[in-house]
Amino acid sequence: MTAAIELMDVRKNFGLAEIIRGVDLRIERAERHAIIGPNGAGKSTLFNLITGKYGLTGGTIKLHGEDVGGLKPFEISRRGLSRSFQITNIFANMTVFENLRCGLLWSMGYKYSFWTLVDRQSRLTERAEELLEQINLGDRRDTIAGVLTYAEQRALEIGITIAGGADVIMLDEPTAGMSHSETAAMVQLIRKVTEGKTLVMVEHDMGVIFDVADRISVLVYGEIIESDTPEVVRASAKVKEAYLGSSLDEADA
Amino acid sequence: MTAIKSTDRAAAATSGSAVLKRFAPWIIAALFLLFLPVIFASGSALTIMNQMAITIVFALAYNMLLGQGGMLSFGHAVYMGLGGFFCVHLMNMVAAEEWFLPIPLLPLFGGIFGLAFAMVIGFFSTRRAGTVFAMISLGIGELIAACSIIIVVFFGGEEGISGDRTMGPEIFGLDFGSQIEVYYLTAAWLLVSAAAMYFYSRTPIGRLANAVRDNEERAEFLGYSQRYVRLISFCASGFFAGIAGGLFAINFEILTEENLNLVTSGTILLITFLGGVGFFIGPIIGAIFFTLLQTVLSLYTEIWQLYVGALFVLTVMFFPGGMSGLLFMHVRPYQLGKLNILFLPYLKTFLPATAAILGGVGFLEIAFHAKNASVGDQMMTLFWLTFDSHGLIPWLVCVLLAIVGGYLACRMAPLLRDAWDEANSLVAN
Amino acid sequence: MELVIINLLDGLVMGLLLFMLSSGLTLIFSMMGVLNFAHASFYMLGAYFGYQISQYVGFWPGLIIAPVLVGCGGALIERYGLRRVHKFGHVPELIFTFGLALLIEEVVQFIWGKSQMAYDEPAVLNFALFSIGGNEFPAYKVFMIFIAVGIFLVLLYILTRTRVGLVIQAALSYPDTVQNLGHNVPLVFMGVFGVGTALAGLAGVIAGPSLGTFPGMAFLLGSIVFVTIVVGGLGSLWGALLASLLIGWLLTFAASYNVHMSDVLTAIGFTPPEDMAEHFLRDLWTLTMPQIGPILPYILMVLILIVRPRGLMGKREV
Repeated sequence: MTAAIELMDVRKNFGLAEIIRGVDLRIERAERHAIIGPNGAGKSTLFNLITGKYGLTGGTIKLHGEDVGGLKPFEISRRGLSRSFQITNIFANMTVFENLRCGLLWSMGYKYSFWTLVDRQSRLTERAEELLEQINLGDRRDTIAGVLTYAEQRALEIGITIAGGADVIMLDEPTAGMSHSETAAMVQLIRKVTEGKTLVMVEHDMGVIFDVADRISVLVYGEIIESDTPEVVRASAKVKEAYLGSSLDEADA
Repeated sequence: MTAIKSTDRAAAATSGSAVLKRFAPWIIAALFLLFLPVIFASGSALTIMNQMAITIVFALAYNMLLGQGGMLSFGHAVYMGLGGFFCVHLMNMVAAEEWFLPIPLLPLFGGIFGLAFAMVIGFFSTRRAGTVFAMISLGIGELIAACSIIIVVFFGGEEGISGDRTMGPEIFGLDFGSQIEVYYLTAAWLLVSAAAMYFYSRTPIGRLANAVRDNEERAEFLGYSQRYVRLISFCASGFFAGIAGGLFAINFEILTEENLNLVTSGTILLITFLGGVGFFIGPIIGAIFFTLLQTVLSLYTEIWQLYVGALFVLTVMFFPGGMSGLLFMHVRPYQLGKLNILFLPYLKTFLPATAAILGGVGFLEIAFHAKNASVGDQMMTLFWLTFDSHGLIPWLVCVLLAIVGGYLACRMAPLLRDAWDEANSLVAN
Repeated sequence: MELVIINLLDGLVMGLLLFMLSSGLTLIFSMMGVLNFAHASFYMLGAYFGYQISQYVGFWPGLIIAPVLVGCGGALIERYGLRRVHKFGHVPELIFTFGLALLIEEVVQFIWGKSQMAYDEPAVLNFALFSIGGNEFPAYKVFMIFIAVGIFLVLLYILTRTRVGLVIQAALSYPDTVQNLGHNVPLVFMGVFGVGTALAGLAGVIAGPSLGTFPGMAFLLGSIVFVTIVVGGLGSLWGALLASLLIGWLLTFAASYNVHMSDVLTAIGFTPPEDMAEHFLRDLWTLTMPQIGPILPYILMVLILIVRPRGLMGKREV
């Protein structure tokens, strides 16, 4: 069976700076994969490479066995990969409902249609309402997204990301800046909406990672130094060294 | 029709009254347009109304770009102008009986021509939004305007080209020889175009134009190419601008370089922005307001463009939502039943502000008169007062009015702001 | 041959004049992300201020005072106008500067009227410095060249040799990082806007006497300046220089060589149609070089955008 995502010797330079220095990674279908690493290790860059935001300097990226290197974000998105952003990235001037509906349009086959009225599409409305309930924002349906609370915006971000029904979901620090209870709710939400899908996430909160992930890759200075189950990664000497032994122990406590 | 499906939630609610509710604004608009000439029957009123209707179509088309797509164009007159030029040529071909085409259909062909040209230009100009798009639109606008002087065959050089709308085949006995016939034709096209543009904004591509405007990156990760979304918006806008051009051709029967140049492009930006880009009705308000300003204010003062310029700059600085934005700001206080809180503070602020503006206007008018009136003609009339523009008293009155009024208005502004906050807060008073 | 040299010099004058505007525009754009639509209006203000000052104390004091006044005006507009609009985004900023351009033109017409001002070269420079093959070259144009080159050198010195220059350069290369430089960013913005507009004002003072001082001068040159920075590559100073000179020469040469399209067409083997007055290509046949001169910059821009969207020297894709 082909992997959901396969990276082979992926490289990215910005000018003379080598940010990603030859990453090989294989993420199986329906796997929950976390990418961790110290600040500046290149986690977000790796995300942006896989999703087509940045062009590759070298290497190959395959999505479901198909080479997607050099494709534009929208082309990759159409092939069933969807992502969220570290900094909340929603349509701030639209209502929550409209945000979700925008996320649905392509996957429901509307393309660039200018002959159908969105308000009269019952299937579309139904799906958007379902999503609204799924992310627990039912009572905020007609609120302008820009005035939601931070946690609500993050939930909406997840909602837009999963709306298109992509089977590979990539989340960039979904719980960043959240309180304890908000984080717990977010983890639950992530579990719920990504059931049966491939999940790739960058995360700093070790509790979340060990809770959710099947496998963990550790990225340090643009290279993956370890990629295995949580137990193995936790015990790895290399990883401990890279993290100076601190964060992992804290997570244990 | 999707509305007939029984599973359709929207259709479930679509009883007779819901249909009526949805179409009510359009029915009212149609009736309004139908009876408008009964109230304003004079020839000059008809002329103004025709001009207004054409400007509304153009401004709505322009707002498809600026308001809905977030694309600022400094050269949109090109699409209206080219549509118009094309229509005059068609009109002349019809008159020469080389072609058979009822005159009322002419704007459609103007639209198609505008659309075709927008496709060509949009192909490379919509690659990026924002500043770059604005620059390219300016360059293309200037290029076409300059070309119009050179390419005499199509543009008629400096005199432009003219036609005769009455030479077309008569349809139901109409030959468009009278103003009122042209009015109803223009009004019909206005209604159809406005409805089409409104419904366009409710289609997937219309919603995505908004999405790309707000956050082009996010839209890309939802499967949409920002470039295509912009291109389609651009073409649609070019189409409706072309329709406005066709209406212009029918109404004025002449097009010149003026219809293509930066002045016209800039004016439509000004109109749209003054009216407000955030609401569908904004450009309509802007077009009506500006046409009135242009025809009425220019009768009373020679420096009306100075006032318009100042008004525009102040609007950009203080009311980026334009007039419709200001209007809709009051919806929330109205819903909360708190509009009455605002009444007194408004009165307290606007009275001195009006005095200050009158003082400023008076100052400018007197200065202009004193500088430009012919020698010996020192008497001027302003606000029904006649006085010597070289005397000291009028100047002093104006300056005093401006300073005192301005001071009082500034003193009252915090009051208004507090009242505004209160009117918008959910807490009952 | 003599004509070529004269044209080269004339084109140089035009190009350097364009550069005085496009350099300021580029600096402002690169630092603040604002395309100052009113840039040419400040150039016009420079000319009018220079004229007004010359009425009282002569040309030379105006050369200093007028640009300073324009620069101060620009800085104030940045402080109290642009900064206010900044929070709404780049498009409203652009609309603001567009409104400003309209307003400045109206104000100029209000104060000075619609006709051309009698703003002349100072008498000291009102002679022909040399002549080439019977074509006299006025001393004033040489003076313009010197001023423009002088400004260019000063700019180059400031940008490469001073601390402020290094900050500006950093901002040019990495627009997103200006905020992190630890400098008083609003003050730097105000300064850059002031200096940029002062440069435009200076260009106005020296161009006013030779190109004419009238209310339409801003829009006449304005669009060409915008074309220049697109052609040169948005945000590139060297690109601005290259494009300014290129367009300066393009305009000058096109205006002085009366090449007829009919000659070109016959030379490559076409025969003129017999029914010239009626033929649909008659405009093409009667075309002359001076006629298409003014639109050449725009054609150049469209070509550049299609072939090389980031401009001649630009790093960022348009």
